[in-house]
Amino acid sequence: MTAPARTLPPRGVQALAPQRRRGTTPADLALLLVGACFLLPLLWLVLGSLDPQAGHETKVPRQPGLENFAAVLTPELLLRPLWNSVVLSAGTGAVTLVAASTAAYPLSRYRSRFNTPFLYAVLFGTCLPITAIMVPVYGLFVQLELLDSMPATIFFMATTTLPMAIWMTRNFMDGVPVSLEEAAWVDGASRMTALRTIVLPLMRQGLGVVFIFVFIQAWGNFFVPFVLLLSEARQPAAVSIYSFFGQHGAVAYGQLAAFSILYSLPVLALYIIVARWSGSSFALSGAVRG
Amino acid sequence: MLLSHRARQLVRYLPVLPAVLLLLVFLAGPVLWAFQASLTNAGLTGRSARNPEWVGLENYQRLLTDPVFPLSLGLTVLFVGGSAVLGQNLLGLAIAVLMRRARPAVASLVGTAVVAAWVLPEIVAAFAAYAYFSKDGTLNQLLGALGFGRPEWLYAFPMVAVMLANVWRGTAFSMLVYKAALNDVPTEVTEAAQMDGARGWQRLLFITLPMIRGSIATNLMLITLQTLAVFTLVWVMTAGGPANASTTLPILAYQEAFKFGDIGYGTAVASVLILIGAAFGVVYIRLLKEPRA
Repeated sequence: MTAPARTLPPRGVQALAPQRRRGTTPADLALLLVGACFLLPLLWLVLGSLDPQAGHETKVPRQPGLENFAAVLTPELLLRPLWNSVVLSAGTGAVTLVAASTAAYPLSRYRSRFNTPFLYAVLFGTCLPITAIMVPVYGLFVQLELLDSMPATIFFMATTTLPMAIWMTRNFMDGVPVSLEEAAWVDGASRMTALRTIVLPLMRQGLGVVFIFVFIQAWGNFFVPFVLLLSEARQPAAVSIYSFFGQHGAVAYGQLAAFSILYSLPVLALYIIVARWSGSSFALSGAVRG
Repeated sequence: MLLSHRARQLVRYLPVLPAVLLLLVFLAGPVLWAFQASLTNAGLTGRSARNPEWVGLENYQRLLTDPVFPLSLGLTVLFVGGSAVLGQNLLGLAIAVLMRRARPAVASLVGTAVVAAWVLPEIVAAFAAYAYFSKDGTLNQLLGALGFGRPEWLYAFPMVAVMLANVWRGTAFSMLVYKAALNDVPTEVTEAAQMDGARGWQRLLFITLPMIRGSIATNLMLITLQTLAVFTLVWVMTAGGPANASTTLPILAYQEAFKFGDIGYGTAVASVLILIGAAFGVVYIRLLKEPRA
C-alpha cells in the first residue's frame, strides 16, 4: 500500500514462524567475524576517549582516565554546540510533525484523485540528493538574506525530512478507525478539532516514532548546518566538532573521541527507544535516507 | 451545503497547504534555482555575486571540456557501484541469510554491531573511519601484526578506503531490508524444496531470491540514492584528494561553488547530480507502482 509498509513484515510473523532447528557453528563463526569487522573502527573511539595520549592507533590506554571528557566538557566547546543541536533537531522535529500530521489527515481520510499523484510526487522528493541541492540552497539563502538564520535552517531541514514523515504519518493515521471521529462529528466537533482531540492522541506513539526519526536525522546532519550556519555561536555539535578537529585534531585525538562519544550518546539512546516501540528496528530503516 | 463539490474539496485539502508550501519553497525552489543559476556566472563573492550574468550553456560546455568532471563522474559510478550495489547489498544479504542459520543470541549481537555503525552521527562515523584507515590506524596495526605492509590507505588507495568505509557505514540498511524480506518468505516453500533435495545455496538462488526480488529492487534503488548523496564521509576522510583521486560529484559541486567561489559552475555540477537522482527516482516510483507478483 505504501512504500515503507511494503517491506514491513506483518506483525507477529517472527513469533509465529515455526522454530526451525537453529544455530549452526559455521554460520555463528562467519557472523561473529563480520560483527568484529564492524566493531573494530568503533573500538578506537572508545579506547581513545579514555586515553589522554591517544593517537590514531587502537591500544589499551596505559593510564586510562576521564581527562579527555573533562577537557571537552566546557560551555564553549561542548555545551553550547550541543544546545544548538537540541534546538535545531527539536525545532526540525516540531515543524515536520505539525506539517506532516495536518497534511496526512486529508490524505488518509478523503478519497480523491489528488491523493495518489500527490503522494508519489512527495516520494519523488525524497529521491533528490540533498547534498546536490545544498549549493543552490546556499544561493537561495544568500538572495533571501536567510544565511546564518536558525529558523530558516530549521524550516529547510524540516522540508528535507517532510516527504518521509508524510508517508509515515499517513500510515499511522490509516490505523486509527474513522468511526471514533464520527462520534465526535455528531457532537458537533469540526474536522480539525477531531484530529487534534481524537486522532492525534490515539496515534501518539506513531507520532513519537516520526519525531524521533526526524530528530535523529537532524542531530546527525553535518552538511546542511555546515553550509547554512556560519557563526560559531549558532553551530550545532556536528559542525563544531569538525572545526575542533581541524584546529586541534592533530594533537587531541583523545578529546576528539570523547567529544564524539558524548555527542553520539543521545541518538543511540533515542534509537533504542524507537526500536523498542516499533517492535523492530525496521520502522526506522524503512524511512531513512541518505 | 451551499458550497459546490469542488469548493468543498478545496477546503478539505487546506491542511495540506503548509506542507506544500514548505516543499515548494525549500525543495522545488532550490532545484529550479539550480537550473537557472547553472546558466549564469554567479560567484560566491564580488561583482558576479550581486549581478550574475547570463552565460547560456557555457558552464555545461565547460563540464565537457573540464578533465575533472568525467573523472568525478567515473569515481561516483565506482563509489555507488562498488560500495552500494555490490558491497552493502551483497554483504547485507549475506548477513541476513547467515542470521537465520546462526544462534539467535549471536545474530542479535552481530545485528547490533552492524546497526551501531549506521546509527552514529555521520561526522562521528567519518572520524572513526578516518582514524581506522590512517597510517598508524587500526587497519594497518592488524595488517602489520599479520606480517603485511602498512600502506597509506588515504593517500595510496583513497577510493578503496572511502568505499570500504561506506560499506561499513551503510550495510545495516540492506541487512534490515533483507531480514524483513526473508521473514516474509513462507517456510513451507523452502521446506518443500528441501524435501526435493535442493541444497542450501540452490534454495537461496532459485527459490528465496526470486521471491524477494521486489525487496531487492527497492533496496538497490534506495541505497543507490543514498550513496549518490554521500558527502561527509568522503569529505572528512580525503576531502576528495589527493589531487581529485576521490572527488565524487557532491565533493566536486561543493569545491567548485565554495572553495573556488564559482556558484554557476558548481550548480551546473549539482544539476547533473540532481538529474541523475531524479532519473533513479522515476525508476524507483515505477517499481513501487508495479503490483507485486
